[in-house]
Amino acid sequence: MNRPAIQVHAIRKTYGATVAVDDVSFDVHAGEIFGLIGPNGAGKTTTMECVEGLRKPDRGDISVLGLNPARDSRALQERIGVQLQEAQLQKRIKVWEAVDFWASLYRNPASGDRLIDQLGLSDKRNAWFMTLSGGQKQRLFIALALINDPELVFLDELTTGLDPQARRAIWDLVRGIRQRGKTVFLTTHLMEEAERLCDRVAIIDRGRIVDIGTPAELVRRHCPDHAVVLVTEDASADVRFRAIPGIRSVTSEGSRTTLRGRGDDFVTAVIRCLAEHRIQVSDFRTEVPTLEDVFLTLTGHTIRD
Amino acid sequence: MLRQLWRLTWLEIKIFVREPLGVIGTIAVPVLVFVVLSRFFRPRVRTGAPDVPRFISGDLPIFASILIAISALLSLVAIIAIYREGGILKRLRATPLRPLTILSAQVLVKLLSTAATLALMILAGRRSYPADANVPIVSFAAALLFSTTSIVSLGFVIASVVPTARFAQPIGTLIVYPMLGLSGLFVPVESLPPAAQAVARVVPFTYAVSLLRGVWHGEGWGSHLGDVAMLTLLLAVFVTVSVKVFRWE
Repeated sequence: MNRPAIQVHAIRKTYGATVAVDDVSFDVHAGEIFGLIGPNGAGKTTTMECVEGLRKPDRGDISVLGLNPARDSRALQERIGVQLQEAQLQKRIKVWEAVDFWASLYRNPASGDRLIDQLGLSDKRNAWFMTLSGGQKQRLFIALALINDPELVFLDELTTGLDPQARRAIWDLVRGIRQRGKTVFLTTHLMEEAERLCDRVAIIDRGRIVDIGTPAELVRRHCPDHAVVLVTEDASADVRFRAIPGIRSVTSEGSRTTLRGRGDDFVTAVIRCLAEHRIQVSDFRTEVPTLEDVFLTLTGHTIRD
Repeated sequence: MLRQLWRLTWLEIKIFVREPLGVIGTIAVPVLVFVVLSRFFRPRVRTGAPDVPRFISGDLPIFASILIAISALLSLVAIIAIYREGGILKRLRATPLRPLTILSAQVLVKLLSTAATLALMILAGRRSYPADANVPIVSFAAALLFSTTSIVSLGFVIASVVPTARFAQPIGTLIVYPMLGLSGLFVPVESLPPAAQAVARVVPFTYAVSLLRGVWHGEGWGSHLGDVAMLTLLLAVFVTVSVKVFRWE
């Protein structure tokens, strides 16, 4: 395996008395989509901007594509693409002008026209920035981040404020970036986005990394319980449910019963129990834990707090 | 580096002229003030009416030119504040552009609009304010651009203390107009109270007024080397302070 695209070791960054980031370490592998996830104010943007070379950590080491971002920022800028959180452009700059100007800043720019095309902005070539929709603006920022054909792309809260449809379109674009062999490092506070998009995630809360892994790994590690919610009028069912192997809890609200249990075959065990005892159910669904649940388990609060 | 500076400047010029209000505010207003004042007062200056203020009878071109420099300064402060608040400065900084290039482009745009305004003013004022044939227009334009460079660099210091874009114009005005009052344009610096004189000595407008007045009246740059030196020194001070206190975000 070749060396990681990004290596962050024990960085710390304070603003006055506030510790924004503390003892943060992680690696981003080449060719993956890596997500730094956590609530607003957790230290995601500070961490990312230290890696980009826009900020200098007080302590710790960062290596990006083998370079030190604080020292070699100019060499690094040629090889990375950056999309900043909540950035704007000049209100009256035209789409093609922005792409054209950005292209002129780099030694080996990609074709601006092709990027405009690929990102679905051809109709908006001559439109002023201020007239673009939120999704179009983000697509333009992706174009600017890709204009130097970078090896590594940084995307900070890329889909915040977008409607679900625009969000899905952007996700496809990000997957496209990975497909072209590039590495993507993104931040998001949307757990669904992390789950759908990221190969691996690092969960950050109050400036510290809580855990790192693939979304599936993290769920298995921290929320191994599966839940089955079913509706039954069978009064004797409760006793049968409590005998299911791996069962941890049975809670009922009227005819609706929630069964929680551990183990990959827990759902199968529930189905077997229903069949064996001929328990009639009028509804049956499973609840698979998500990163949202992982976050709650790890930090004791929801990501929206 | 120079190529990038020129490209960014050209881009900013195009963006500037796309906003009608900005163009009217920075270019049309000083020209209008000049034309209206000169039309109104010129006949009375000719007949020697005693109620015409001195800054109009003798100094109208100087007054109007300083207005151009001030509007360049205020519009620079506003643009920097807006660009900072919108994250535009930060986005530009995350490119290979050097910070100096990003800010220099803004200064260049202001200097070009200053030159354009002066040219318009001279054209528009031809009938109502026929300047003496021996007024060295080119030298005067150079003096104005030189003064404006120093004055505009003060804008980066002001832009650093402006909390949000909304306050840019009022705070800028609040800082600039008292300075103008001390500049010797309305009242000779020597007749100000000592404390005010001390302040006037560190205000770029004082030297700008003195230099522009001298050049307009045909004195050479040689007899205003003191003004040139002070404007250069103040420019250096403003740039140094800006480097220390300028906020990109």
